[in-house]
Amino acid sequence: MSTSLRNSTLALATAGLLVGGIALALFWAPEDADQGFSQKIFYVHVPIALTAYACFGFGAWKALRLLWTAEARYDLESYTAIHMGVIFGLLTLVTGSIWAKISWGHWWTWGERQLVLFLILFLFYSAYFMLRYSIEPGPRRERNSAVYALFGVALIPVSFLAVRIAGTILHPTIFTHEGANLPGKMLLAFCICLAGVLALAATLYRVELAGKRVDASLRELRELLA
Amino acid sequence: MTTAEKYVTAAYLVLLGAVLVYLVIIALKVARLEEEVSDLIRLARERRGG
Repeated sequence: MSTSLRNSTLALATAGLLVGGIALALFWAPEDADQGFSQKIFYVHVPIALTAYACFGFGAWKALRLLWTAEARYDLESYTAIHMGVIFGLLTLVTGSIWAKISWGHWWTWGERQLVLFLILFLFYSAYFMLRYSIEPGPRRERNSAVYALFGVALIPVSFLAVRIAGTILHPTIFTHEGANLPGKMLLAFCICLAGVLALAATLYRVELAGKRVDASLRELRELLA
Repeated sequence: MTTAEKYVTAAYLVLLGAVLVYLVIIALKVARLEEEVSDLIRLARERRGG
């Protein structure tokens, strides 16, 4: 399958999964007995947060590949994945704040470890760009960026498990070691939304990576013609 | 529209808005790349002609 056909298929699958998932979440999944209609934010907020973790993890994996093989292409792949992670991280914070306002009456609370740890993770990876652009392009920048990306990955399990370790009551815990605390219809709608948001991240990653590669090729071509 | 419906709509619009903003950024980037390619073609033609 050609790259163009693969990208089109992925984009179509993304659109289908997102539209289908959102329709199921809003019109088919039952309302939560406790939170009512406002619980519907769960179907976008949690998939976006899990996607942000996946992007940061993928970026760290590519960084590890760069350090392992010294192949320069992994640098761009790691950078693009972290770029995506920061976008989805920002969306997590915004949708989470909207949900917090309707559920708890506050846009933000510093008392919740999971929120604060997610903010730290987000700020850590936001600072990645400052580090990256403070170094001249080349192997040194690639190595330093990769090491920084790898350090950040340690924050992912801490952030993910924080709510379970903290045992607080504000931020809900849906997925425990006993499985999902969700009725079947809610779980199905959630899984389709999660697949849709992950597919969206994959589509944006491919488009962004292609754009960055074309940019790099054009820069090289300009230098050759100069 | 109830308060809960307004907040849920806002959360979903955040996702939609982000996708649309990204689309605009990509459109601008493609336009810039197109311009750069045209520039390089012109440069290559000039070099071949000169």
